[in-house]
Amino acid sequence: MSETSQIVRDTANRLFTERISPQLLLGAETGAWLGEEWTLIEEMGLPLAMVGEEDGGVGLDDVDAAMLIRVAGANAVPLPLAETMLANRFLAAAGLPLSSGPATVAPVRPTDRFHLERAGGGWHLSGTAHRIPWARSAQTVLVLAEAGGQTFAVRLDDGQVRTESAHNLAVEPRDSLFVDGAVPDTAVAPLPDGMGFGDLMAMGAALRTAAMAGAIGRVLELTVGYANERAQFGRPIGKFQAIQQSLAVMAGHAAAASGAADLAAEGLSQGARSLTVAVGKARAGEAAGVVATIAHQVHGAIGFTHEHSLHFLTKRLWSWRDEFGNEAHWNRLFGQRMAEAGADGVWPLIASL
Amino acid sequence: MQDFSFPAPPTAPDTAELRAEVRAFLAAELAGYPAAERIRSWSGFDADFSRKLGQRGWIGMTWPKQYGGHERSALERYVVLEELLAAGAPVAAHWIADRQSGPLLLKVGTEEQKRTILPRIAAGEFFFCIGMSEPDSGSDLAAVRTRAVPVEGGWRVNGTKLWTTYAHHAHAIILYCRTGAADDRHGGTSQFLVDLTLPGITVRPIADLSGARHFNEVVFEDVILPHSALIGQEGDGWNQVMSELAYERSGPERFLSTFVLFVELVRTLGSQMTPDAAGALGRLGVHLVVLRRLSRSVAGMLQDGRNPALQASVVKDLGALVEQEIPEIARQLMAMEPDLRSHDALSSVLGYSILNAPAFSLRGGTREILRGIIARGLGLR
Ligand SMILES: Cc1cc2nc3c(=O)[nH]c(=O)nc-3n(C[C@H](O)[C@H](O)[C@H](O)COP(=O)(O)OP(=O)(O)OC[C@H]3O[C@@H](n4cnc5c(N)ncnc54)[C@H](O)[C@@H]3O)c2cc1C
Repeated sequence: MSETSQIVRDTANRLFTERISPQLLLGAETGAWLGEEWTLIEEMGLPLAMVGEEDGGVGLDDVDAAMLIRVAGANAVPLPLAETMLANRFLAAAGLPLSSGPATVAPVRPTDRFHLERAGGGWHLSGTAHRIPWARSAQTVLVLAEAGGQTFAVRLDDGQVRTESAHNLAVEPRDSLFVDGAVPDTAVAPLPDGMGFGDLMAMGAALRTAAMAGAIGRVLELTVGYANERAQFGRPIGKFQAIQQSLAVMAGHAAAASGAADLAAEGLSQGARSLTVAVGKARAGEAAGVVATIAHQVHGAIGFTHEHSLHFLTKRLWSWRDEFGNEAHWNRLFGQRMAEAGADGVWPLIASL
Repeated sequence: MQDFSFPAPPTAPDTAELRAEVRAFLAAELAGYPAAERIRSWSGFDADFSRKLGQRGWIGMTWPKQYGGHERSALERYVVLEELLAAGAPVAAHWIADRQSGPLLLKVGTEEQKRTILPRIAAGEFFFCIGMSEPDSGSDLAAVRTRAVPVEGGWRVNGTKLWTTYAHHAHAIILYCRTGAADDRHGGTSQFLVDLTLPGITVRPIADLSGARHFNEVVFEDVILPHSALIGQEGDGWNQVMSELAYERSGPERFLSTFVLFVELVRTLGSQMTPDAAGALGRLGVHLVVLRRLSRSVAGMLQDGRNPALQASVVKDLGALVEQEIPEIARQLMAMEPDLRSHDALSSVLGYSILNAPAFSLRGGTREILRGIIARGLGLR
């Protein structure tokens, strides 16, 4: 690991482990906005991690930026850090002003589309998008929309959108977002050539992969710790071979998820062109399911309670694997690429990643 | 909890050229070589092919030049290995010598052993087999009973080794056996470099469940070994075997055993692939990409002189699952009845894969034993 990665990781980890307590997570599930924690995150410059220094950002490389999200994932941080990083990355790419508070991106589902057209001296944007992370708390929403065969970035502030609350299984906001109104020229700009909606999906997927790898690593730690403490039949349950074998399976998936997140991170800035993001999201998503299942099995009934904090992580794993494309979506994409490469092109494709 | 991390694999800037060179060589060498043969790959024995690889400098790649090696990086070696396996080249003849017997000798062998044996391995002319398992000692290697006792001028060996792959074609065996007290489970074992033509050694082939003959029983009856046959220190056998296993467990042969089937499946499904088939195949491809990354990471750790025994166990366990899953998924996608003797490539390759898949999670350490090692790494034992 590079020195920067180490520093980024340690600083973020310190911040998150100090602040993100189970009480805070319970509060977040009831809808509380963690304003103080967000301010600390902003003071560290984390929302600008993925924006180059020349554009006023921090200019971390992709692997370090993804590492931040990994650490946030390990701590179940209930704030839109990944979304704000992404929004700023796209705003910078389009030359629009960066967000000065929490932000989010839209749309995040392949079927949702916004309608953008010239109107009066500016633009008119309309449309609905669902499952938008943290839309209710975002001061800025980056919307991607097509007009005249080109993809535009539109920078909306919270006054220009209406939201309707919805949640993922971890009770993180995943709201519906409604827009219908005028947008000034200063808030609309074309994305650079070749950059579009697919890139947003892929970069979102890469960051969710990082978050899953972080959460999976933490779940493994928690579960091994529990197996060493909890005694039945006169010895720690971790001494039973059946439990050991289950935990070894979990560790294998955790290792795969970690490798998957590394692959996805390396492809982060290539966006939709990166096949390693497809690989990463699909593999880590599969690991997430297995890891959550084994973790709950080993924890017994206590892990099934709202009192115990295991669920803050497992509910996120169950949710994140379905966001920005589930395993089936990315597996199919990879399978199609292999089919296009043809039988004799399969190995060269695999060996190139 | 031990460190479970897999550092990013090392990068070597010039591997693209080497890869292209290996691909061109294989394209020419294996032209017309049928899929039904390719599926055997690291179980396929072809001494001529191994000699050609030796001439190319692709065996003993990382060893010092003075012992016939080529002083190339672990990653370059990795490139050659995975290209050979992906193409289904028959590499069994030299595989074990290159993967573990050679590195063992390089590490703890005498100068004489290194000078006489290593250059011949690197030339693709000298083949080894592994004599670890016995009738009563499979997973529990510390329980070996084959014994070497000191005699005038050397050692006398009695006992039986089992499942010894290609002992019937190999020149030598690395014999793991007892040299000390039976109750000194770990300290009482040593390894010897044994010429298989010595009097008193009998090699009996054993057919596997498909009827194929690749492994053997090797019986030692009053076999006399010279002093110079001892590898490393007397009593160090256990430690030597344990460090060899990291080499045995992490390589691309641990997830590419059924790769030829995977390729034939893509060929058959072709461009008519349904979204469901693409999803199922894509998933396997995704697993392979991630395994390859983990495996290259272990190669890097070995190169840096670290001991990635734990990570190697993870790679082998995950790898065996995937290579066993490929034939299962192929069956579902093709709805065919596999037939070893079919002229249809896919049908015979699938048949071969199904009949060999049980071994993937046995050879080189069973699934349960690997998971035990992982559990120990997690601090549970
Ligand atoms: C194709 C093939 C090639 C081989 N080639 C070689 C070779 O070249 N040289 C060589 O030395 N050996 C070779 N082997 C042997 C191989 O290493 C052994 O088969 C393996 O170590 C398992 O030993 P076993 O077969 O005696 O099974 P056993 O050890 O008897 O195991 C039987 C079952 O019990 C389980 N078990 C055993 N102990 C434990 C435990 N402590 N906890 C939980 N479960 C346990 C095992 O996992 C397995 O499921 C080969 C095997 C195969 C299949």
